[in-house]
Amino acid sequence: MNGLLAVLLTLVGAVGTLTVAIREPVRQTIAAGFLSLVLALLFFALQAPDVALSEIVVGSIAVPGMLLLAIAKIREQEQSADHEPGEADRGGDE
Amino acid sequence: MSVYPYIVAAWLLGAGLYGVMSSRNYVHLIICLTVMQASTYVLLLSVGYVSHGKAPIFADIPTNSTVVDPVVQALTLTDVVVEATVVALLLALVVQANKRFNTVDPDAMTRMRE
Amino acid sequence: MTRGRSVTALIGLVLLVGGLAWGATGLYGFGHYHASYGRIVAHASVPDRSATNSVVVTAFDYRAFDTLGEEFILFVSVVGVLVLLRRLRGESGRDEENVAEEDRRASESTRWIGLAAAGPLVVVTVYIVVHGQLTPGGGFQGGVILMSAIAFVAVGGESMVLLRLRRTSRWVEMAESAGAAGFAMIGFGGLIAAGVFFQNFLPKGTSGLLTGGVIPLANIAVGLEVGGALLMVIAELFDQRLRGRRL
Repeated sequence: MNGLLAVLLTLVGAVGTLTVAIREPVRQTIAAGFLSLVLALLFFALQAPDVALSEIVVGSIAVPGMLLLAIAKIREQEQSADHEPGEADRGGDE
Repeated sequence: MSVYPYIVAAWLLGAGLYGVMSSRNYVHLIICLTVMQASTYVLLLSVGYVSHGKAPIFADIPTNSTVVDPVVQALTLTDVVVEATVVALLLALVVQANKRFNTVDPDAMTRMRE
Repeated sequence: MTRGRSVTALIGLVLLVGGLAWGATGLYGFGHYHASYGRIVAHASVPDRSATNSVVVTAFDYRAFDTLGEEFILFVSVVGVLVLLRRLRGESGRDEENVAEEDRRASESTRWIGLAAAGPLVVVTVYIVVHGQLTPGGGFQGGVILMSAIAFVAVGGESMVLLRLRRTSRWVEMAESAGAAGFAMIGFGGLIAAGVFFQNFLPKGTSGLLTGGVIPLANIAVGLEVGGALLMVIAELFDQRLRGRRL
C-alpha cells in the first residue's frame, strides 16, 4: 500500500469525523460535499473510475441540493408556524 | 499496515453511528447516515483491490493485464445513486414530521404521543 | 439522552468498532485478492460481450438481476417522496402570480448562464449513457447529470420553465416509469428469446458503439429512470419553495 492511499484513507477518516462533529445542518451540508470529494479521490486511487464518477455527480449535485431545499422548507414551516394567531404579540422573526 | 483500510471503514461506521445516537436534529442524523454509507463503500472497494492492478476498463490496456475486481465496483456503483434517493425519502419524512409536530428533535418527537 | 442510555450506547459502540477491527485481521491483507469470480468476469467481458468496460458489463449483464432490484428501490423511494410531499402541497394553494414575481427578480446573467449550461450538459449525458459499455460511465451517472441539466435551468431563475415542466410532469413520470419497465422488459426479452431471464440475446458487435448486445438499451432505460426520478424529487421540493415569499 503506497503513501497516496494511506494519505487519502486518513483524510477520509478525518473528514468523516468532522462531518459528524458539526451540528448545524447547513454547515454540515458543506462538510458532506467535501466528504464526497475526498471519497471520490480515494475511489480514483483504488482504480475505480465508474464509482468515482458516480460519487462526484451524486455528492456534489443531488445530495447537497436536496438537503438545502429540505432545510429551507423546514425553516419556512417554522417561520409560518411562528406567525400563528396565538403568537401575534411577537413582532418579527429573528 | 495492510488492515488500515478496514480500520478506517470500521471507524467511519462507528463515528456515523455515534452521530446518529447523539443527534438532536433529524437533518444532522440523515447526514451521519451518509457517513455510515461511505464506510461500506470504502470496505467494498478495499476488499476488491489488487496490488499494482489497473482499472478494469480494457479500452487502452491489453486484455490479459492484472485488473482489480469489477464485481464489487458494480455493486458500489449502483449503491451510490440509490442511497441518494433513499436520503430523499428520509428528507421528505422529516419535512412531513416537522409540519405535524413543529420540531426536528428526535428526543422531543418521541415524547409527543398524543 | 439520559446518562444510562449514553453509557450503554458508548459501550455498545466500542464493542462494535473493536469487534469489526478484530474481524478485519482475519481478512486477507489489503491488495491480496484471492477470489476467482471477479477475475473470470473481468477477463471474459471482452471476448464474450465485445464491451471493454467490465464494470458495466457486470452490472447490466452478468448481475443484471441485482441492478433490477436496485432500480426498484429507487422507484419505490420516489413514489414515497411524491406521496408525502404532494399531499403537503395540496393543502396550501399555489399562486401563479407569486412565481412570476420571483422569476422577474432573478438577474439576467444568471438566467442566461442557467440556460446556456443546460444544452452542453444534455449532450454530455447522452454521450456518457450511450458509451457506457466502452468507457467509464453508464446509465446511473448519466441520469444524475440529466437531472442537473434541468436543475441548472431552475437555479438560474427560469422558474417559469420549471413550472411548465411540472405541469407537463406527466411526461417526466412516463419517462421514469418507461425506464423502470424497460429494464424489466429487457429481462423478459431474454427469457422469451433464449429461455434465461436477462440473457443477452441481441447480437454483439465486434467493436465500436453497437457492442454488448442489450447493454446499451439497458443503459438508456436506467438513465431515463434515474434522471426522471431525481427530477421529480427536485421538482417537488422546489415547488414547495416557490410558494410565498423568499427566505
